[in-house]
Amino acid sequence: MVTHSQQPPRDLPALTHEEILRYSRHLILPDVGVEGQRKLKAARVLLIGAGGLGSPLALYLSAAGVGHIGLVDFDIVDVTNLQRQVLHGTSDVGTSKLVSARKRIAEVNPHVELTTYDVPLTSENALGIFKDYDIVVDGTDNFPTRYLVNDACVLLGIPNVYGSIYRFEGQSSVFATKDGPCYRCLYPEPPPPGLVPSCAEGGVLGVLPGLVGTLQATETIKLILGIGESLAGRLLLIDTLGATFRTVKVRKDPNCPACGTRTLTTLIDYEQFCGSPHVGGDPKVSFNIPEITPIDAAARLAKGEIDIIDVREPHELEIAQYPKVTAVPLGLLAAQIAALPRDRDLVLACRTGARSAKAVQQLQAAGFTRVWNLAGGIHRWIDEVDPTQPKY
Amino acid sequence: MPATLFLPAILAKLADAKQLEVTGATVGELVADVSARYPALEPRLRDASGEPYPYVTFYLNDEDIRFHGGFAATVNDGDELTVVPAIAGG
Repeated sequence: MVTHSQQPPRDLPALTHEEILRYSRHLILPDVGVEGQRKLKAARVLLIGAGGLGSPLALYLSAAGVGHIGLVDFDIVDVTNLQRQVLHGTSDVGTSKLVSARKRIAEVNPHVELTTYDVPLTSENALGIFKDYDIVVDGTDNFPTRYLVNDACVLLGIPNVYGSIYRFEGQSSVFATKDGPCYRCLYPEPPPPGLVPSCAEGGVLGVLPGLVGTLQATETIKLILGIGESLAGRLLLIDTLGATFRTVKVRKDPNCPACGTRTLTTLIDYEQFCGSPHVGGDPKVSFNIPEITPIDAAARLAKGEIDIIDVREPHELEIAQYPKVTAVPLGLLAAQIAALPRDRDLVLACRTGARSAKAVQQLQAAGFTRVWNLAGGIHRWIDEVDPTQPKY
Repeated sequence: MPATLFLPAILAKLADAKQLEVTGATVGELVADVSARYPALEPRLRDASGEPYPYVTFYLNDEDIRFHGGFAATVNDGDELTVVPAIAGG
């Protein structure tokens, strides 16, 4: 049995009659009982992100009676979030996720004390925010924040309940327990920017964050109660299409700079560590890449002066189209470079401009000089040139 | 030694399969075998010098090969090699 020994001893708060009735199904569980429910009420859990993973986490941990929940997010509810972010509703579109979360959590369980942090998590503020919590739950959507959360948890000795998702697959573990491994033991360094698409770029099955987030909520509750076998030291791999769950071992790396040698004694610049000039999951890459606006591109296209190369995937072309394009999915660009004309002005285009920026870089590296990125992709094209088509 | 390679969806599309039979005496040889058959997969499994990346973890059965000699880890008949790249979605 793994117990959460980092949590300082604290007088457990009493339960009111209303709480006793509300948590009845916990109280009659032998491994929870009144004492367990009082531990939940005393617990302070910080959720990083109020998105796909943060939604089930906030809902279930609130419903379960975790007494104090902290929530870090600075995003606004977008209509494309609603397919999976069940903390937010249609009427919340355009409002702060924290405002939406506060409203929903109060409805789920008014006994929860909620602290919101409407800021991006940074090396400057992370330790100050984390120090007031017993457990941190990582529901972010990008590598820099994941390494930041890990390192801050290791430095403070706070368990980090990890979950991440991609398309139909997910991972979960518990890092930074007293003698357990950390995220850096599993992945010593992040992939180069752009190698792993974000959910915004690659898509995600809506129920997947529900599945992974509820597993994280379960691990969080187990840590608070000190029951069961924690995922600390194991990585749970979830494949929804194969309908398989399997666990593999995560060993504590004696050479890990965070939890092994402990040479990492302060938080670093995680944007630089991850090599990315942006925060968030949908990079708007425009650094040193020539761009053309949709209006200029449409005018030049009408005169036959440019060719548009659409680097989106075939299933995306069915949703919204550019006129007169050559379709070459980004993954096949390298194989088809020889067939592209070097004596024409080429405009690379995608959904929002991120993938096409990579395509421009790829063509530049292959010696093309007459290449531009279509700024804002088909989203901006629809805003400025052809509003008859749907955005996705 | 014959072994089974399990690929996550992000890599499976490069080999047209989530599960492949591969052969080799070490993990490095298994990776070389599948790389020869699916060249598009190779740069996702090992770097230009033939070494594993720090953001792609290989599990031989349920053990991280980093703690068992990396690509030199010995493969036994029927072993399972699972590739687990870092993902960050949330």
